[in-house]
Amino acid sequence: MGCPYLSWERRMLKYTIRRMIYVLPTLWAVVTFVFFLIRIVPGGPAVAALGSYATEESIRELEKQMGLDKPILVQYATFLKDLCRGDLGKSLITKKPVSSQIAQALPYTLDLTIGGMLIGIALGVPIGIMTALKRNRSPDYIGRILSLVGISMPEFYLGILLMYILAIKLDLFPVLGGGDLHNLSSRLHHLFLPALTLGIIMTAFISRMVRSSMLNVLREDYVRTARAKGLRERVVIYKHALRNALIPTVTVIGIYMSILMGGSVLTEIIFSRPGLGKMMVFAVKDRDYIALQSVIIIFSAFVFLFNLLTDLLYSLIDPRIEYH
Amino acid sequence: MPNISQRAILLRTFRNNKTSAVGVLMTLMVVAVALIAPWISPYDPISQDMNVQHAPPSWVHPFGTDSYGRDQLSRILWGSRVSLVVGILSVLFAMAAGIPLGMIGGYKGGKIDNLVLRFIDVFMSFPIVILGLLVLAIMGPGLIKIVIAIGVALTPRIARLARGSTLSVKGKEFIEAARAVGQNDGKIMIIHVLPNILGDILVMGTLWVATAIIVEASLSFIGLGVRPPTPSWGAMIRDGLDQLTNAPWLSIFPGLAIFVSVFSFNLIADGLRDISDPKLRG
Repeated sequence: MGCPYLSWERRMLKYTIRRMIYVLPTLWAVVTFVFFLIRIVPGGPAVAALGSYATEESIRELEKQMGLDKPILVQYATFLKDLCRGDLGKSLITKKPVSSQIAQALPYTLDLTIGGMLIGIALGVPIGIMTALKRNRSPDYIGRILSLVGISMPEFYLGILLMYILAIKLDLFPVLGGGDLHNLSSRLHHLFLPALTLGIIMTAFISRMVRSSMLNVLREDYVRTARAKGLRERVVIYKHALRNALIPTVTVIGIYMSILMGGSVLTEIIFSRPGLGKMMVFAVKDRDYIALQSVIIIFSAFVFLFNLLTDLLYSLIDPRIEYH
Repeated sequence: MPNISQRAILLRTFRNNKTSAVGVLMTLMVVAVALIAPWISPYDPISQDMNVQHAPPSWVHPFGTDSYGRDQLSRILWGSRVSLVVGILSVLFAMAAGIPLGMIGGYKGGKIDNLVLRFIDVFMSFPIVILGLLVLAIMGPGLIKIVIAIGVALTPRIARLARGSTLSVKGKEFIEAARAVGQNDGKIMIIHVLPNILGDILVMGTLWVATAIIVEASLSFIGLGVRPPTPSWGAMIRDGLDQLTNAPWLSIFPGLAIFVSVFSFNLIADGLRDISDPKLRG
């Protein structure tokens, strides 16, 4: 239902709040699910972290340190309370606060996912338009086959191939590491290959999406009208068709960000980037369930955040959307 | 339900669709390889021969040998079994859980539907690999556990599709007719709704098998796959990664195997989607 008497900003704000009211309980359910799932580890997180050779005493001590000896509902209440204050608990292995570890790792993962998305948009949108305009001619076939190749390629395999060719054989980029965050050129230099890996895969997804929505739009009456009016083809395509074709693409960017977040885990492992994905896999290997729990919560929080931003962006570019 | 002539048209379109035809052919080949792996593998996939460590591809070992001197070709042929079994079983698992869930939500509506939607939202907020990794981290590695982990991660996606399709079928006359003659909801869902939404779900099914194969490879690459020495493609790539500079074939060939299998399922899915969306046909 539209609210025609409210100003644009007010309506936007109202819409955002409405979305938040829906998102927050879902986020709470996610957090709760992860919390209880982690606690059903055979023997409990402390036993898992210390291994089966640990003494009874050391297990008790670690459980006491971590508050794992209290009743589960008390643990849950403490956990929620701490979480609201931004305290994610302490790592079972390093005993350091997980939140500071996450704060260090997060920029590497955000650089990677956002970089991958930008490359995907920069390449995917033009390729999608071109294949749609040259439908059923050779550029279309080539583009479609390449995009199928892209979505069939596991990101870690593509990463290895790029690393082998561009970093090991041609020596153009560093093989491993995340670079120095405070040095822009080192940061970008280390980012390029991992971001390209995810970017190529994103290009495949985005170009397919743009192609099919472009084909749908080109059949619409308003495009025919625009042509009938005698507008130049260029104007018809870029002014009338493209804008409408991009709307469905924007709606799925949230989903694509989720694919990118998943892909970043393996890409970080390949390129030894000290991001969240690497932290998560190490947490699994060390059986550090507190760190694992926190990283997974952060990952899903970002998926929610990106979805929310996508919704807002969508309502911004499509004036037909009513904020309900 | 589409009548006979509609089905005949769909079948003919499918046969005429080159993308799908190539995909079906390639998939059959991958399945055949998995079935006859024991007979076509030149060597035992797990027997070690320390005299031929890291041998480059040659006539004797077409894909080279790994750090234990095991024949890569044989390991890749056998590895297809893990990939396909996990790929197909996990999608079946997700369908068995997701279809009833989505169908009940879509058909019943109201509070039940809200609950289903919440469930879908909660589980969709985990990227598939991450949810799979979480479940495996709790349960420990093993073939059945991987099937469960990936199946759980795919369930909300299948439930969402089933719910959407159910909503579009629900308003049709034949459902109202069935209700008018007093059939109960369970019966209506099984006899009338299910056959009509199954088409949509099967079209996407091939796509999900492709996804499941990639996720299995990713998880075994991380080290959460089937236990060694059973060959699986993801784990082979991980083992080869340390030798990337001096023995790149150790990563390149298993990766190629993953790519070919995923690509063939995606080809089928692509063709099926063209067919099911007549606007894009041609």
